[in-house]
Amino acid sequence: MSILVNKETRVIVQGFTGSQATLHSEQAIEYGTNIVGGITPGKGGQTHLGQPVFDTMEEAKKAVNPNASLIFVPAPFCKDSILEAAESGIELIICITEGVPTLDMLDVKKRVDELGVTLIGPNCPGVITPGEAKLGIMPASIHMPGMVGIISRSGTLTYEAVKQTTDLGLGQSSCVGIGGDPIPGSSFIDILKLFENDEQTKAIVMVGEIGGTAEEDAAEYIKNHISKPVISYIAGQTAPAGKRMGHAGAIIAGGKGTAADKIAKLKECGVHIADNLVEIGAKVAEVINS
Amino acid sequence: MNLHEFQGKALFAEYDLPVSNGKVIYDAEDALKACRDIGGSKWVVKAQVHAGGRGKSGGVKLVDTPDEAIEFSKNWLGKRLVTYQTDSKGQLVNSILIEECTDIANELYLSAVIDRDSQRVVFIGSSEGGVNIEEVAKNTPDKIIYEAIDPLCGAQGFQARKIAKVLKLDAVQTKQFTPMLKNLMKLFVEKDLSLLEINPLVITSGGNLHCLDAKINIDTNAIYRQPDIAEMHDPSQEDPRESEAAKNDLSYVSLDGNIGCMVNGAGLAMGTMDTIKYFGGNPANFLDVGGTATQERVSKAFKIILDDPEVKVVLVNIFGGIVRCDLIAEGVIAAIEEVGVEIPVVVRLEGNNADLGSEILSKADIKIESINNLGDAARKAVELAK
Repeated sequence: MSILVNKETRVIVQGFTGSQATLHSEQAIEYGTNIVGGITPGKGGQTHLGQPVFDTMEEAKKAVNPNASLIFVPAPFCKDSILEAAESGIELIICITEGVPTLDMLDVKKRVDELGVTLIGPNCPGVITPGEAKLGIMPASIHMPGMVGIISRSGTLTYEAVKQTTDLGLGQSSCVGIGGDPIPGSSFIDILKLFENDEQTKAIVMVGEIGGTAEEDAAEYIKNHISKPVISYIAGQTAPAGKRMGHAGAIIAGGKGTAADKIAKLKECGVHIADNLVEIGAKVAEVINS
Repeated sequence: MNLHEFQGKALFAEYDLPVSNGKVIYDAEDALKACRDIGGSKWVVKAQVHAGGRGKSGGVKLVDTPDEAIEFSKNWLGKRLVTYQTDSKGQLVNSILIEECTDIANELYLSAVIDRDSQRVVFIGSSEGGVNIEEVAKNTPDKIIYEAIDPLCGAQGFQARKIAKVLKLDAVQTKQFTPMLKNLMKLFVEKDLSLLEINPLVITSGGNLHCLDAKINIDTNAIYRQPDIAEMHDPSQEDPRESEAAKNDLSYVSLDGNIGCMVNGAGLAMGTMDTIKYFGGNPANFLDVGGTATQERVSKAFKIILDDPEVKVVLVNIFGGIVRCDLIAEGVIAAIEEVGVEIPVVVRLEGNNADLGSEILSKADIKIESINNLGDAARKAVELAK
């Protein structure tokens, strides 16, 4: 088992013929991901990376019946692309693109919730189930099938956690980057629920960062609903207030969203804290072996 | 992106919101004409900087003669204003807003933000204006209302009436407030705001609602579709290194320490800063060099980091995912040679072909400490910075 994606997932890539989409789709196909086609308006009828290209999601849906979409379109067009996928009946949408206007996401989030569609991202590395399917931009080589479920707001920090758990032989069930934006499609809680119900997952790593209260909300949820051990690392302990630290969502505003507050709340709710980035893997091993 | 008060008020006026008659000047000589054009016998002169707390720092003054306005402008233009919200260097004053004087009966508070919890635009109102709203929220939470606006329906009259109750508006003011709320919401959405604050929103001695201040932040992600607002950008209000980095598509934030950091990924960049601190050092900056750490980007990043005279050592931390570490290593070496870096550089490469990358670094003619373990690399950088 695993969460969100596996060998059977039928993936359509939106913005398929663009350079980033091409690079990452090639690697995904090589990894064994079942990419069934792509969408680039105006290029319908062509073949790209051995797969059919469609003008619209509606055509793609009829022809190749995808159930997940991977989005690489530029930020100004993401709202359109996400809604096109959501309205077509796609169950899972993963949006990699960074820089989507926040007000676009308010509308999008409301609509995908109404339709009951799962949206991951935007501004995220995507989702991987090691050994089965890779829907995103993460480097395949550091992953290994195993027992740790990973959720993170940051791409490269996810890779650190992945690498460390691979080096210790623990491996990963699935890894989900929920993205660094203020209005993410899915929250920590949404993904925690999935890992709790996944047999393969024995422990969960939650990598958070400054800004907002998503980690605090997750802490409360973990206390009441998660039976599996959760190990957390929070980035930005040295970040100054009022400055956007790269990610649109990583900002301490109005005294809210500090790493210290998040760590205190997580500890209070029984979450194991890795004090330092380099100790995430070791902390997981320690918790699993205890 | 932040706007100046005068820019915010121009937007308010565009959306039929009540603001004072005023003029912005960039030269003290123009103060006389501005006062005459505005008319009356009393004016408020306000230094324009991207920071709050101007009044308490002498950046706002009530004047009775145009001469005083000229004097004030001469004093402030070209100087830096330090408030409790700025750093010790303060913000450059390059414009002054001169406004007609408003007689105030009561000060209120109104703001709107994108609330991450409810995933809505939320208006925040309070009968306690002109003060720090976070203090009001902490000490007297019953004096504050939070009203979430549905993105697809927009602001409704009943929501204005709800807020008006907490602001303690009378019937006439409530009628004024309803179109005001709708217009503020319209402004928020149409101009891609991320924050809007009117502190204070006042009731004049004549009993009318009036926006005495205007603080507006724009969502940086949406600037591409707001060309008019993009032109309002004032780089003089930003750290020069941060502006330079932004121009080159690098994310940089200046900090107080002496260990320069160059990292790929925002989360890992923060994590690297934290690791330096954990081992007893102090990071000089946050810098996300981006997913593809090419020679060109690494060179630009080095230039920006080295522009800070405090920097004693640079820690490069790259997690090579899609881009192979051996290519990154070659790029780092070429960048160091191109820029002529003279201080010690510690490089940590991890990911695809990390071993090959380290080998290339250690064989290079220039002095680089190549350390694959992040903890060890951070410790080394801390030691070298001492």
